[in-house]
Amino acid sequence: MSLLEVDDVVVRFGGVTAVDHASFAAEQGRVTGLIGPNGAGKTTCFDVISGLRRPTTGRVGFDGRDVTAISVHRRARRGMGRTFQRLEAFGSLSVADNVRAAVDIHRGLTGIAVPWRRSRTAQVGALLDRVGLSAYAADRADAIPTGIARLLELARCLAADPALLLLDEPSSGLNESETEAFGRLLRDLAAEGKGILMVEHDMDLVMSVCDEIHVLDFGSVIASGTPSHIRDNPAVQRAYLGQADTGQVA
Amino acid sequence: MVVPMLEVVGLHAAYGRIEVLRGVDLAVPKGAVVALLGPNGAGKSTLIKCISGLHTPTSGDLHLAGVHVQDAGADELARLGLCTIPEGRAVFPNLTVEENLRLISYAGVAADAVIDVAFSYFPRLRERRSQLAGTLSGGEQQMLAMSRALASDPALLLLDELSMGLAPLIVDELYETVAGIAASGVSILCIEQFADTALRVADYVAVMSGGRVVATGEPAEIRDSMVDVILGGAA
Amino acid sequence: MGSVVSFTILGLFTGAAYAIAASGLVLTYTTTRVFNIAHGALGMVMSFVFWDFSQRQGMPVWLALVLVLGVVAPATGWAIQRFVTRGLGDGPVSVALVVTVGLLVGCIGLATQVWPPATRVLPPFFNGSGFQVASTYVTAHQLITVLLAGVVALLLYLLLTKTQIGTAMRASVDNPELLRLFGGKPDRVAGMAWAIGTSLAALGGILLTPVIGLSYYDLTLLVINAYAAAMLGRLRSLPLTLAGAMGLGILQSFAVAYLPSDGLLSGIRSAMPALFLFAVIVLTPQAQLRIGQVKGVVSAPLPSRAKQLGAGAGLLTLVALLATSLPDDALLLVGTAATYAMVMLSLVLLTGYGGHVSLAQFTFAGVGALVYAKLGEPTLSGLVVAALVAAAVGAIVAVPVLRLTGLYLALSTLAFGLLMDKMIFQAEFAFGTNNSLQAERLSILGTSFSSLGGYVLIMTVFLVLMALVLLALRRGALGRLLIAMRDSPAACGTLGLDTRWFRVGLFALSAGMAGFAGGLFAGMRGTIGASDFQVLSSLPLLLLAVVFGVTSVTGAVLGGVGLTLLPVLQSSNPAFAGLIFAVVGFGAVALGRDPNGLANRLFTLGRTLRPRLPAARRTADVPEPDEVTEEVPAHVAS
Repeated sequence: MSLLEVDDVVVRFGGVTAVDHASFAAEQGRVTGLIGPNGAGKTTCFDVISGLRRPTTGRVGFDGRDVTAISVHRRARRGMGRTFQRLEAFGSLSVADNVRAAVDIHRGLTGIAVPWRRSRTAQVGALLDRVGLSAYAADRADAIPTGIARLLELARCLAADPALLLLDEPSSGLNESETEAFGRLLRDLAAEGKGILMVEHDMDLVMSVCDEIHVLDFGSVIASGTPSHIRDNPAVQRAYLGQADTGQVA
Repeated sequence: MVVPMLEVVGLHAAYGRIEVLRGVDLAVPKGAVVALLGPNGAGKSTLIKCISGLHTPTSGDLHLAGVHVQDAGADELARLGLCTIPEGRAVFPNLTVEENLRLISYAGVAADAVIDVAFSYFPRLRERRSQLAGTLSGGEQQMLAMSRALASDPALLLLDELSMGLAPLIVDELYETVAGIAASGVSILCIEQFADTALRVADYVAVMSGGRVVATGEPAEIRDSMVDVILGGAA
Repeated sequence: MGSVVSFTILGLFTGAAYAIAASGLVLTYTTTRVFNIAHGALGMVMSFVFWDFSQRQGMPVWLALVLVLGVVAPATGWAIQRFVTRGLGDGPVSVALVVTVGLLVGCIGLATQVWPPATRVLPPFFNGSGFQVASTYVTAHQLITVLLAGVVALLLYLLLTKTQIGTAMRASVDNPELLRLFGGKPDRVAGMAWAIGTSLAALGGILLTPVIGLSYYDLTLLVINAYAAAMLGRLRSLPLTLAGAMGLGILQSFAVAYLPSDGLLSGIRSAMPALFLFAVIVLTPQAQLRIGQVKGVVSAPLPSRAKQLGAGAGLLTLVALLATSLPDDALLLVGTAATYAMVMLSLVLLTGYGGHVSLAQFTFAGVGALVYAKLGEPTLSGLVVAALVAAAVGAIVAVPVLRLTGLYLALSTLAFGLLMDKMIFQAEFAFGTNNSLQAERLSILGTSFSSLGGYVLIMTVFLVLMALVLLALRRGALGRLLIAMRDSPAACGTLGLDTRWFRVGLFALSAGMAGFAGGLFAGMRGTIGASDFQVLSSLPLLLLAVVFGVTSVTGAVLGGVGLTLLPVLQSSNPAFAGLIFAVVGFGAVALGRDPNGLANRLFTLGRTLRPRLPAARRTADVPEPDEVTEEVPAHVAS
């Protein structure tokens, strides 16, 4: 049984079918890519998985249970973490306080009532260090570059030590060497046993870190497989390049 | 030296304290189609927003047909002959097709003329004239949006991701219309993720990355390096 | 049988007037996304203008009507959109709420200033004429009202579907940015919508005045009826709004007819709109957590601990000095100021830190006072029980709107305050009608503070403690979560925070603080009544809190003093009582966009002056450096 199972999910709003009978899975300890052209329904899939949007029909299974009808925060408590394509960092707080708030939320009421400040500070420091944000700790989150804010969202997620990470375009805004280091971080996280599902446009990153890739087009999965399998799939190239003669590209 | 239809010089723009455009230089010659390519987050849509007057740049200059237009609002620019079709579905979903078309007359063309032009290009819209625009298919919505470009006879047309979420066949159909508009002498700046489609209609290509234009040239020159940017190692 | 028909007709008449006002509210809200709480108040002012034209100046009724509906009201609406509410729709809901509440209070002040309280009669249209339908007599005024509702509905339909500007209005609801790209002017469209909306508010008010009288408050509260009707159409659909208005009118009429005119149920008649509103809200489906670009907010700096303690000690010393020197009536004012400051602290928590607006904070104070007095246990535990009950009531108000967003929560508090006003507070088992519920002074650990001076000092001690606890909360984990929730509820949710119950908890805590203050206040006054906790006094409370700075404790204390002095100022200058009120209202309109308020300007002034004073140091003002700030290269760890 997979860690995450998206089963025949359909999302319609305002006459538009954003997700059209999509089914895919993400495994524990593996990096799974979810790619496709803009408007293919990737972020909507993430909203359905994380609980921000109810699917019109279909089912989401997580860790062996059906979570389709479960609220956002319960899914988070069961081990789902997500980042956002359009950033949702707490802009009025410092970078360190962003992570600290996440740690507080994870510890719950007892964590708030019994503030062992030192151990929390150490945990926050470790999390920032892990994603490489220590230098930004004191900056306000609305004053850091986009790429850095994405790493901050990742650090926030990691505070809860989730089993599954949903990363929505995590590398956009990072430069080349930062992206490379980010790829290593993803492999490390997967090696620790976390499942990672990632929407990403940087194909170099996707091809180099993903174990499996699902390609979404018009809300449906048009291909699934290993990076090399996806790379050679003509349907994928058509989806990406329009209906041009793909011979030149392949 | 002919004055270009659009000239962008050293344009900087930011959301809050985060800088998105870091000195963009770009020109669209009169009557030319310029395709703007580049990865997500490169600042393409922000550039379009700045040109169309929806976002105020922090510094830099914008010239439209040689006129400095920095402080003009989007509605003023629209009435001056700038037609922008923004990202996503550029129609009013709770208005009927006909009402959408009637609103085009704000740009200075008589409503009946607009409707005639639209229906002659896209007969499908005539069948659906009293239907709400939100209930049209994605392709039909883009046709409705394109009607504005056709009917208002703009000086400069800005297209942001015309093909987003559309089937390749429909994209081809839309780009035939774009080519037609270009042939009538309208200058066009278009953002497109389907590199091949854009390269086919473009006279010039500009590639954006990290808030700057990093390469410009003719389609043939850009083509080889572009595949890398779009599909990464897939090539 | 005949009575059913006649009450239905009566209901249709009031419903029609509500429908007219409500469609104006929907029009302005959908086109500009600014909910105009002052909608009823504008109708009230326009009704006064109409009275002035037609009765005082003796103009022909038709001319007065044309002038008000065709010139004064539209011009006012246009000007408000142009100079007051423009751009508010894109900002936080709390700012738009505060600004329009300011407008409401300003309108009431203006009306009282221009038309001081007196008996004024506005006769119905075609007074005396009417006709018999079966066994029921229908007045011409009633018939005209129902017909006008139909005409308004038809005209709005024609405007919105058949004209260019109307089409542009609907386009502006869909996507104002795109409208600009079309060459349209959303601002002109918005101005037009507000002009028409204000005219409709005026018409609704003018039609209802002969029935409910020319009153500052009753017409102002018409906004609740209009809002309740509009909620049926989710503030969007005009046909559903009309249906809601008619339904509400008929329900109200039947309540008057068939419910007993004494006992608890008698209150239902006047509380019908609020009850109707709660029913609709409970049936409204869940709103999704909104995802969007997060904008940080710059808040007032937190004072250091030493500074907090110093300021607290200073305040206590001052009050101790006053307690020994001031006469009793002045001491009562000091105690009142302390009460108000505590209620404002509850707003600092809710609005300043949390970003939610309560329009009925005094009602929670009233619950606290009521419980404290009824309990008859003037001890600390009695006070705590009073606060807990107020907190529970606050939670009960927040629960139905759990699934909805900020605007609905704020408007529900207004409806709730009204409900308490009409149904509970005035009832025999509560304060009763003659303002004479007895309450004893508090005693702590057997020590009774029977002298007023001692009691006021104790109140100040509680105020200082409450402020210190609040600041500690703000600095700690809870404060961080409050800011996090305000910045991005969606992120909080996906990190595992139950955002809905967190909001209920926040609301309960804030209501509990207000209830605590209410209990203390009851003990100080000795006798209290429903009039001490009227919902409408909560509005100046909110405004002064915002004007003085709802993000800081200093702002709350200054605001408490200001709110206490307001009636004093008014009674010593009765000729300008309305003007003073108007200044507060319009002041909030001007300052409402900066929630840090005057207090923050003081802080800024202090910071600029301090370097010039030789002995002082700057360090005290810098936020405590408890962040991790080691310098490590900004590379992703590998």
